[in-house]
Amino acid sequence: MLELEHIYKSFEGRTVLSDVSLIVPKGATHALIGSSGSGKTTLLRLTLGLIPFDTGYVKINDQALLSFTPTEWADRIGYVPQEGGLFPHISGKQNVSLVPGLRNWPAARIETRVEELRALVGLEAAVLARFPHEMSGGQRQRVAIMRAAMMNPPVMLLDEPMAALDPLIRSSLQEELKSIFQRLGKTVLLVTHDLGEAVYLAERITLLHEGRVIQTGTYRELYLTPADPFVTSFINAQRTLPDVGAAA
Amino acid sequence: MRKLLLAVLLCAGLCANAVSAPAIVVGSKIFTEGYVLGEVAAQTIEASSPPVPVTRKLGMGSTGILFQSLSSGAIDVYADYTGTLTEAIIKNPQLKSQQEIQNALAKLNLVMSDPLGFNNTYALAVRESFARQNNVHTITDLARLKGTVRAAFSYEFMDRADGWPGLAAAYHLDLSAKNVNRMEHSLTYQAIDQNAVDVIDVYSTDAKIRKFDLRVLDDDRAYFPVYQAVWVARKDFVDRYPAQWQALQKLAGTIDVNTMLDMNAAADIDKQSYAQIAARFRGAQARVTDTLTSRIAHRTVEHLWLVAISLVFSIVIGVPLGVAAVRFQTTGQAILLLSAMIQTVPSLALLCFLIPLFGVGTKPALVALCLYSLLPVVLNTFTGIRSIDPRHLENARAFGLNSRQILFRIVLPLASPMLLAGVKTATIVSIGTATLAALVGAGGYGAPIVSGLSLNDVPTILTGAIPAALMAWLAHGVFEVLGKFLIPAGLQVRP
Repeated sequence: MLELEHIYKSFEGRTVLSDVSLIVPKGATHALIGSSGSGKTTLLRLTLGLIPFDTGYVKINDQALLSFTPTEWADRIGYVPQEGGLFPHISGKQNVSLVPGLRNWPAARIETRVEELRALVGLEAAVLARFPHEMSGGQRQRVAIMRAAMMNPPVMLLDEPMAALDPLIRSSLQEELKSIFQRLGKTVLLVTHDLGEAVYLAERITLLHEGRVIQTGTYRELYLTPADPFVTSFINAQRTLPDVGAAA
Repeated sequence: MRKLLLAVLLCAGLCANAVSAPAIVVGSKIFTEGYVLGEVAAQTIEASSPPVPVTRKLGMGSTGILFQSLSSGAIDVYADYTGTLTEAIIKNPQLKSQQEIQNALAKLNLVMSDPLGFNNTYALAVRESFARQNNVHTITDLARLKGTVRAAFSYEFMDRADGWPGLAAAYHLDLSAKNVNRMEHSLTYQAIDQNAVDVIDVYSTDAKIRKFDLRVLDDDRAYFPVYQAVWVARKDFVDRYPAQWQALQKLAGTIDVNTMLDMNAAADIDKQSYAQIAARFRGAQARVTDTLTSRIAHRTVEHLWLVAISLVFSIVIGVPLGVAAVRFQTTGQAILLLSAMIQTVPSLALLCFLIPLFGVGTKPALVALCLYSLLPVVLNTFTGIRSIDPRHLENARAFGLNSRQILFRIVLPLASPMLLAGVKTATIVSIGTATLAALVGAGGYGAPIVSGLSLNDVPTILTGAIPAALMAWLAHGVFEVLGKFLIPAGLQVRP
């Protein structure tokens, strides 16, 4: 379970996040959505422990971020950066094995875990041997998910998982991702500006605007009982969306 | 300036630590006769019994550097002239007799041999055609011509009390200041040959007097002091190697003016090697090992060592400085500015600054090379790191890598193409700059270049310049190959 409780954060006197709370139950997939400047990137970075926040709590399974060292926290939250964020100088396999290697896992254990996850994300072994620039967007994304899952973290955090992909690959990977999440059985928070993606992948959605949570709920709830006129205008601003019946 | 440098050198001589070399080190001054006499001494010692290996440090520079090297123990023996010793080292030109000079040198822990047999004094020379045209035979005749005469004098001649200043006073030679040029000695011959000047200073045994058809003017007032050639050695060397010193002493009185002129002409005009000339003088066959190939091989080793060692130091110092420059803003700018400023110091000036601190030989050369290679290494490390996508660094932190792991696993590998390019630049610059190391007696490809320049001998210059260029070209290739191994495969330039 991932919990953000009453987070406040300001930069140079300007409030960026104000009383942000969010709960992702164990095994659930939750989307944090907002346009650029809404504060979602700041929220992502502080959840990762990269920047401090003023007040509030970030907890995984009731244990607060501040009670861990950066390394311990990193192993509890598997991060998939935008476009996969693979390191370009090493192969897919080396990217995936980097962190367990630094944690002194024996080679055999790394090997077993890599094979397990490779099967789970449905990636050919040959692709793992390639360098990031030799992979397709979808392959990079799967390798990045493998890398994030290596230490078997209870929580996964994905930043714009589909943003860089072209529409055809997008729709096929979207389905894949959904089943990968189900097979992983992790608590997943994905950060996106794309409502379609959020609706398809996540059970619940939190809409962030100007550093505040405007509404949290299912797409149906946001659509039918918007807490604020902004919710409706945000939904209407998005392109091809399924009608209410299909989304429910 | 030259006096000041000499004074600094003398001080440095006192503090420089004496290096006890396993071989006897023979030094020499940086002109033909110095090289020839140095080679004669080296071969004489090599032929003495018991045999002792000899290290040749020929063409080290002028009197100041030789004396400083002798004092510090960097060399054991070299050939000098009585006039130079009293003027530049003992600083008492009144001393005339051999005994007086020997006593004065003994106080400096130096020993002087009996005169070798010729007097190489300063003289003024004019073109033969000029002499006939103006009916000039003596320096007094020259003084008659006054302001119309154009002169080119060597730096040493211009600055010594027994050189130009005293001569001008003694003969009332009032040449107008704009007609008196200070030049590198070897270039004055070109100048007089091309009728750019009318009179130059020469040494009385200089073979170029013949080559350029010059007339040596009679010193009719006996102004120039006597410059008897002698061996000067460390007292310590004479005590440790009495047999070798005896062998050198036996050469006293055996080299007359004509013998010396012949040997100088063989080097300057006939382009024979010093080793051959010295061997013929000693009646022995030139050592077969001293071929052009073996000399180039020997210099290649010296040159490679200079470049390699200085490069290792500039990497060990430069990469951390580059990393620090990224991490600390203000300090970083200061580091970059400082290493850029070092680059602007002319190499000769830098060597001059380093001699008082590090003496002569390999040490100051290595320090200078290291300082020059620093900028490309620091700058490319800095630029390489700065050009890394900052998201990679943030991701690494999010994965729980600590600063050290980020530096070695992410930052340096990602910056490695740029870093390697910097080291490559540094290497190629070093290969070029290392030729200047010969000026402080560190050898390498610079040795034939420096001696070739002093002889105005292009082929000799090329025996240093061509291998240096080839080495730079090879270095280029080596770095192409190194890149394949050192740059992570994911960053290799793709066809």
